[in-house]
Amino acid sequence: MKHVLKLLSLLVVISALWIGLLQASIIPQSHTWLLPIYFIVSLGCYGLLMVGVGLMRFPTCPQEALLLQQDIAEAKDFLKQKGVDVGSD
Amino acid sequence: MDAAKNKYSIIVPTYNERLNIALIVYLIFKHLPDEDFEIIVVDDGSPDGTQEIVKQLQKLYGEDRILLRPRAKKLGLGTAYIHGLKHASGNFVVIMDADLSHHPKYLPSFIQKQLETGASIVTGTRYVTGGGVHGWNLMRKLTSRGANVLAQTLLWPGVSDLTGSFRLYKKSVLEDVISSCVSKGYVFQMEMIVRASRKGCHIEEVPITFVDRVFGSSKLGGSEIVEYLKGLVYLMITT
Repeated sequence: MKHVLKLLSLLVVISALWIGLLQASIIPQSHTWLLPIYFIVSLGCYGLLMVGVGLMRFPTCPQEALLLQQDIAEAKDFLKQKGVDVGSD
Repeated sequence: MDAAKNKYSIIVPTYNERLNIALIVYLIFKHLPDEDFEIIVVDDGSPDGTQEIVKQLQKLYGEDRILLRPRAKKLGLGTAYIHGLKHASGNFVVIMDADLSHHPKYLPSFIQKQLETGASIVTGTRYVTGGGVHGWNLMRKLTSRGANVLAQTLLWPGVSDLTGSFRLYKKSVLEDVISSCVSKGYVFQMEMIVRASRKGCHIEEVPITFVDRVFGSSKLGGSEIVEYLKGLVYLMITT
Protein backbone atom coordinates (compact mmCIF):
# COMPACT_ATOMS: atom_id res chain seq x y z
CA MET A 1 0.00 0.00 0.00
CA LYS A 2 1.38 3.39 -0.89
CA HIS A 3 2.33 5.43 2.15
CA VAL A 4 -0.09 8.26 1.42
CA LEU A 5 -2.90 5.71 1.50
CA LYS A 6 -1.74 4.51 4.91
CA LEU A 7 -1.87 8.09 6.18
CA LEU A 8 -5.31 8.64 4.65
CA SER A 9 -6.71 5.48 6.23
CA LEU A 10 -5.36 6.64 9.57
CA LEU A 11 -7.12 9.95 9.02
CA VAL A 12 -10.34 8.13 8.16
CA VAL A 13 -10.14 6.05 11.35
CA ILE A 14 -9.55 9.14 13.47
CA SER A 15 -12.43 10.94 11.74
CA ALA A 16 -14.72 7.99 12.34
CA LEU A 17 -13.81 8.04 16.02
CA TRP A 18 -14.52 11.75 16.13
CA ILE A 19 -17.92 11.39 14.46
CA GLY A 20 -18.65 8.52 16.82
CA LEU A 21 -17.88 10.77 19.76
CA LEU A 22 -20.11 13.50 18.36
CA GLN A 23 -23.04 11.14 18.09
CA ALA A 24 -22.49 9.30 21.38
CA SER A 25 -22.34 12.55 23.35
CA ILE A 26 -20.09 11.17 26.08
CA ILE A 27 -18.27 14.47 25.98
CA PRO A 28 -20.34 17.67 25.64
CA GLN A 29 -20.82 18.51 21.94
CA SER A 30 -19.22 21.92 22.24
CA HIS A 31 -15.93 20.28 23.27
CA THR A 32 -16.14 17.50 20.70
CA TRP A 33 -16.46 19.97 17.82
CA LEU A 34 -13.16 21.50 18.84
CA LEU A 35 -11.25 18.21 19.06
CA PRO A 36 -9.85 18.35 15.51
CA ILE A 37 -8.42 21.78 16.22
CA TYR A 38 -6.86 20.55 19.46
CA PHE A 39 -5.42 17.62 17.55
CA ILE A 40 -3.87 19.75 14.82
CA VAL A 41 -2.48 22.27 17.29
CA SER A 42 -1.00 19.48 19.44
CA LEU A 43 0.57 17.92 16.37
CA GLY A 44 2.07 21.27 15.44
CA CYS A 45 3.39 21.83 18.95
CA TYR A 46 4.84 18.35 19.05
CA GLY A 47 6.58 18.99 15.75
CA LEU A 48 8.03 22.29 16.97
CA LEU A 49 9.14 20.61 20.17
CA MET A 50 10.92 17.88 18.24
CA VAL A 51 12.66 20.47 16.09
CA GLY A 52 13.67 22.53 19.12
CA VAL A 53 14.92 19.60 21.17
CA GLY A 54 16.73 18.17 18.18
CA LEU A 55 18.38 21.51 17.53
CA MET A 56 19.55 21.82 21.14
CA ARG A 57 20.90 18.28 21.15
CA PHE A 58 22.31 18.44 17.62
CA PRO A 59 25.48 16.40 17.77
CA THR A 60 28.55 18.35 16.72
CA CYS A 61 32.11 17.17 16.38
CA PRO A 62 34.58 20.07 16.27
CA GLN A 63 37.46 17.74 17.05
CA GLU A 64 36.79 15.89 13.82
CA ALA A 65 37.89 18.86 11.75
CA LEU A 66 41.23 18.80 13.52
CA LEU A 67 41.62 15.06 13.14
CA LEU A 68 40.80 15.39 9.48
CA GLN A 69 43.54 17.99 9.03
CA GLN A 70 46.00 15.58 10.62
CA ASP A 71 44.86 12.77 8.36
CA ILE A 72 45.23 14.99 5.32
CA ALA A 73 48.77 15.92 6.30
CA GLU A 74 49.67 12.27 6.86
CA ALA A 75 48.15 11.29 3.52
CA LYS A 76 49.94 14.06 1.62
CA ASP A 77 53.31 13.07 3.11
CA PHE A 78 52.91 9.43 2.18
CA LEU A 79 51.64 10.09 -1.32
CA LYS A 80 54.29 12.69 -2.10
CA GLN A 81 56.95 10.16 -1.16
CA LYS A 82 55.42 7.61 -3.47
CA GLY A 83 55.27 9.97 -6.42
CA VAL A 84 51.59 10.83 -6.49
CA ASP A 85 50.98 14.46 -7.33
CA VAL A 86 49.33 16.07 -4.30
CA GLY A 87 50.14 19.64 -5.21
CA SER A 88 47.80 22.51 -4.62
CA ASP A 89 44.12 21.86 -5.20
CA MET B 1 28.35 -15.31 6.26
CA ASP B 2 31.97 -16.36 6.06
CA ALA B 3 33.84 -13.14 6.71
CA ALA B 4 36.93 -14.34 4.90
CA LYS B 5 35.08 -14.51 1.58
CA ASN B 6 33.47 -11.06 1.52
CA LYS B 7 34.63 -8.49 -0.99
CA TYR B 8 33.69 -4.84 -0.74
CA SER B 9 33.33 -2.67 -3.84
CA ILE B 10 33.62 0.98 -2.85
CA ILE B 11 32.04 3.26 -5.43
CA VAL B 12 33.27 6.86 -5.34
CA PRO B 13 31.72 9.25 -7.87
CA THR B 14 34.04 12.17 -8.56
CA TYR B 15 33.94 15.53 -10.26
CA ASN B 16 36.95 17.81 -9.84
CA GLU B 17 38.34 15.94 -6.84
CA ARG B 18 41.96 15.86 -7.92
CA LEU B 19 43.37 16.16 -4.42
CA ASN B 20 40.60 14.56 -2.41
CA ILE B 21 40.57 11.34 -4.40
CA ALA B 22 44.22 10.70 -3.56
CA LEU B 23 43.62 11.44 0.12
CA ILE B 24 40.54 9.27 0.30
CA VAL B 25 42.26 6.34 -1.40
CA TYR B 26 45.14 6.55 1.07
CA LEU B 27 42.72 6.63 4.01
CA ILE B 28 40.67 3.70 2.71
CA PHE B 29 43.79 1.57 2.42
CA LYS B 30 44.87 2.72 5.87
CA HIS B 31 41.61 1.75 7.56
CA LEU B 32 40.88 -1.52 5.76
CA PRO B 33 44.17 -3.41 6.03
CA ASP B 34 42.59 -6.83 6.35
CA GLU B 35 39.65 -6.61 3.98
CA ASP B 36 39.30 -7.64 0.37
CA PHE B 37 38.10 -4.53 -1.43
CA GLU B 38 38.26 -2.51 -4.61
CA ILE B 39 37.71 1.19 -5.17
CA ILE B 40 35.67 2.11 -8.25
CA VAL B 41 36.16 5.74 -9.25
CA VAL B 42 33.39 6.99 -11.49
CA ASP B 43 34.70 10.28 -12.80
CA ASP B 44 32.44 12.46 -14.91
CA GLY B 45 35.08 13.94 -17.19
CA SER B 46 36.69 16.22 -14.61
CA PRO B 47 38.60 19.06 -16.24
CA ASP B 48 41.03 19.33 -13.31
CA GLY B 49 42.92 16.13 -14.08
CA THR B 50 41.29 13.87 -11.48
CA GLN B 51 41.68 10.88 -13.81
CA GLU B 52 45.43 11.48 -14.12
CA ILE B 53 45.77 11.30 -10.36
CA VAL B 54 43.71 8.11 -10.27
CA LYS B 55 46.11 6.56 -12.79
CA GLN B 56 49.03 7.47 -10.54
CA LEU B 57 47.21 5.87 -7.63
CA GLN B 58 46.65 2.77 -9.73
CA LYS B 59 50.42 2.49 -10.28
CA LEU B 60 50.92 2.71 -6.53
CA TYR B 61 48.15 0.44 -5.29
CA GLY B 62 47.40 -1.78 -8.27
CA GLU B 63 44.86 -1.70 -11.05
CA ASP B 64 42.98 -4.56 -9.45
CA ARG B 65 42.42 -2.48 -6.30
CA ILE B 66 41.56 0.83 -7.98
CA LEU B 67 39.25 0.77 -10.96
CA LEU B 68 38.85 3.89 -13.05
CA ARG B 69 35.53 3.79 -14.87
CA PRO B 70 34.95 7.32 -16.17
CA ARG B 71 32.14 8.88 -18.10
CA ALA B 72 32.23 11.63 -20.66
CA LYS B 73 30.45 14.32 -18.66
CA LYS B 74 28.36 15.04 -15.57
CA LEU B 75 25.50 12.60 -15.77
CA GLY B 76 24.15 12.52 -12.23
CA LEU B 77 24.69 10.54 -9.08
CA GLY B 78 22.15 7.76 -9.59
CA THR B 79 23.56 6.79 -12.95
CA ALA B 80 27.08 7.03 -11.52
CA TYR B 81 26.20 4.33 -9.00
CA ILE B 82 24.58 2.19 -11.68
CA HIS B 83 27.67 2.59 -13.84
CA GLY B 84 29.94 1.69 -10.92
CA LEU B 85 27.78 -1.32 -10.06
CA LYS B 86 28.33 -2.79 -13.50
CA HIS B 87 32.04 -3.05 -12.71
CA ALA B 88 31.73 -4.16 -9.11
CA SER B 89 33.05 -7.63 -8.39
CA GLY B 90 32.36 -7.60 -4.66
CA ASN B 91 29.33 -9.04 -2.91
CA PHE B 92 28.99 -5.81 -0.95
CA VAL B 93 28.94 -2.26 -2.26
CA VAL B 94 29.85 0.88 -0.32
CA ILE B 95 28.86 4.29 -1.61
CA MET B 96 30.56 7.37 -0.28
CA ASP B 97 31.40 10.94 -1.23
CA ALA B 98 34.82 11.87 -2.56
CA ASP B 99 35.19 15.18 -0.75
CA LEU B 100 36.22 13.72 2.62
CA SER B 101 32.95 14.69 4.30
CA HIS B 102 32.69 10.91 4.70
CA HIS B 103 35.74 9.59 6.51
CA PRO B 104 36.99 6.10 5.59
CA LYS B 105 37.75 5.43 9.24
CA TYR B 106 34.08 4.46 9.64
CA LEU B 107 34.30 1.70 7.03
CA PRO B 108 35.26 -0.95 9.63
CA SER B 109 32.21 -0.08 11.73
CA PHE B 110 29.92 -0.47 8.71
CA ILE B 111 31.45 -3.86 7.95
CA GLN B 112 31.32 -4.93 11.58
CA LYS B 113 27.66 -3.95 11.92
CA GLN B 114 26.74 -5.90 8.83
CA LEU B 115 28.58 -9.00 10.00
CA GLU B 116 26.98 -8.81 13.45
CA THR B 117 23.42 -8.33 12.25
CA GLY B 118 23.34 -9.79 8.75
CA ALA B 119 21.74 -6.56 7.57
CA SER B 120 21.10 -5.90 3.89
CA ILE B 121 21.91 -2.22 4.27
CA VAL B 122 24.02 -0.34 6.81
CA THR B 123 23.51 3.40 6.63
CA GLY B 124 25.59 6.07 8.31
CA THR B 125 23.68 8.53 10.46
CA ARG B 126 24.92 11.93 11.55
CA TYR B 127 22.07 12.56 13.95
CA VAL B 128 22.64 10.12 16.79
CA THR B 129 25.01 10.15 19.74
CA GLY B 130 28.44 9.20 18.52
CA GLY B 131 27.75 10.86 15.21
CA GLY B 132 27.72 14.53 14.39
CA VAL B 133 28.26 17.34 11.98
CA HIS B 134 30.95 20.01 11.88
CA GLY B 135 30.81 23.15 9.80
CA TRP B 136 27.10 23.93 9.90
CA ASN B 137 25.79 27.21 11.25
CA LEU B 138 22.61 27.50 13.29
CA MET B 139 20.38 28.17 10.29
CA ARG B 140 21.68 25.12 8.49
CA LYS B 141 21.15 22.91 11.54
CA LEU B 142 17.64 24.28 11.92
CA THR B 143 16.67 23.48 8.34
CA SER B 144 18.26 20.06 8.65
CA ARG B 145 16.37 19.28 11.84
CA GLY B 146 13.08 20.71 10.50
CA ALA B 147 13.43 18.72 7.29
CA ASN B 148 14.15 15.58 9.27
CA VAL B 149 11.14 15.97 11.59
CA LEU B 150 8.88 16.60 8.59
CA ALA B 151 10.21 13.56 6.78
CA GLN B 152 9.86 11.36 9.87
CA THR B 153 6.26 12.51 10.40
CA LEU B 154 5.21 12.11 6.79
CA LEU B 155 7.17 9.06 5.68
CA TRP B 156 7.92 6.89 8.76
CA PRO B 157 11.14 5.87 7.01
CA GLY B 158 12.68 3.72 9.73
CA VAL B 159 16.05 5.49 9.61
CA SER B 160 17.22 8.61 11.40
CA ASP B 161 19.27 10.13 8.54
CA LEU B 162 17.40 10.09 5.26
CA THR B 163 19.64 12.19 3.05
CA GLY B 164 22.91 10.58 4.04
CA SER B 165 24.96 9.01 1.28
CA PHE B 166 27.49 6.95 3.24
CA ARG B 167 26.07 3.46 3.01
CA LEU B 168 26.94 -0.22 2.73
CA TYR B 169 24.63 -2.40 0.66
CA LYS B 170 24.51 -6.06 -0.18
CA LYS B 171 25.17 -5.88 -3.90
CA SER B 172 21.99 -7.73 -4.88
CA VAL B 173 19.90 -5.40 -2.70
CA LEU B 174 21.45 -2.28 -4.22
CA GLU B 175 20.84 -3.55 -7.74
CA ASP B 176 17.24 -4.29 -6.87
CA VAL B 177 16.48 -0.98 -5.15
CA ILE B 178 18.33 1.27 -7.57
CA SER B 179 16.37 -0.04 -10.54
CA SER B 180 13.18 1.46 -9.13
CA CYS B 181 14.58 4.90 -8.19
CA VAL B 182 14.16 7.87 -10.49
CA SER B 183 14.92 10.95 -8.39
CA LYS B 184 17.95 13.19 -8.62
CA GLY B 185 20.42 14.54 -6.10
CA TYR B 186 19.79 14.06 -2.41
CA VAL B 187 16.14 13.11 -2.99
CA PHE B 188 17.63 10.10 -4.78
CA GLN B 189 19.36 9.07 -1.52
CA MET B 190 16.05 9.45 0.29
CA GLU B 191 14.22 7.46 -2.34
CA MET B 192 16.74 4.62 -2.11
CA ILE B 193 16.46 4.18 1.63
CA VAL B 194 12.68 4.64 1.75
CA ARG B 195 12.09 2.10 -1.04
CA ALA B 196 14.42 -0.34 0.70
CA SER B 197 12.55 0.19 3.94
CA ARG B 198 9.19 -0.39 2.24
CA LYS B 199 10.48 -3.60 0.69
CA GLY B 200 11.24 -4.82 4.19
CA CYS B 201 15.04 -4.79 3.86
CA HIS B 202 16.94 -5.25 7.10
CA ILE B 203 18.52 -1.83 7.64
CA GLU B 204 20.96 -0.97 10.41
CA GLU B 205 22.57 2.35 11.30
CA VAL B 206 26.01 3.34 12.49
CA PRO B 207 26.98 6.80 13.77
CA ILE B 208 29.25 8.79 11.50
CA THR B 209 30.72 12.24 11.70
CA PHE B 210 30.36 14.58 8.78
CA VAL B 211 32.82 17.41 8.27
CA ASP B 212 31.49 19.95 5.82
CA ARG B 213 34.64 21.33 4.27
CA VAL B 214 33.32 23.43 1.47
CA PHE B 215 32.14 26.62 3.07
CA GLY B 216 28.89 27.79 1.59
CA SER B 217 28.10 24.56 -0.20
CA SER B 218 25.47 23.73 2.39
CA LYS B 219 23.51 26.91 1.89
CA LEU B 220 19.93 25.91 1.46
CA GLY B 221 18.03 28.31 -0.74
CA GLY B 222 14.31 28.52 -1.38
CA SER B 223 14.55 26.36 -4.48
CA GLU B 224 16.25 23.54 -2.55
CA ILE B 225 13.50 23.64 0.06
CA VAL B 226 10.85 23.43 -2.66
CA GLU B 227 12.72 20.49 -4.26
CA TYR B 228 12.81 18.78 -0.90
CA LEU B 229 9.09 19.23 -0.27
CA LYS B 230 8.31 17.98 -3.77
CA GLY B 231 10.52 14.99 -3.03
CA LEU B 232 8.62 14.24 0.17
CA VAL B 233 5.25 14.38 -1.59
CA TYR B 234 6.60 12.20 -4.41
CA LEU B 235 7.83 9.61 -1.90
CA MET B 236 4.55 9.68 0.00
CA ILE B 237 2.61 8.95 -3.13
CA THR B 238 4.87 6.41 -4.81
CA THR B 239 6.31 4.31 -1.98
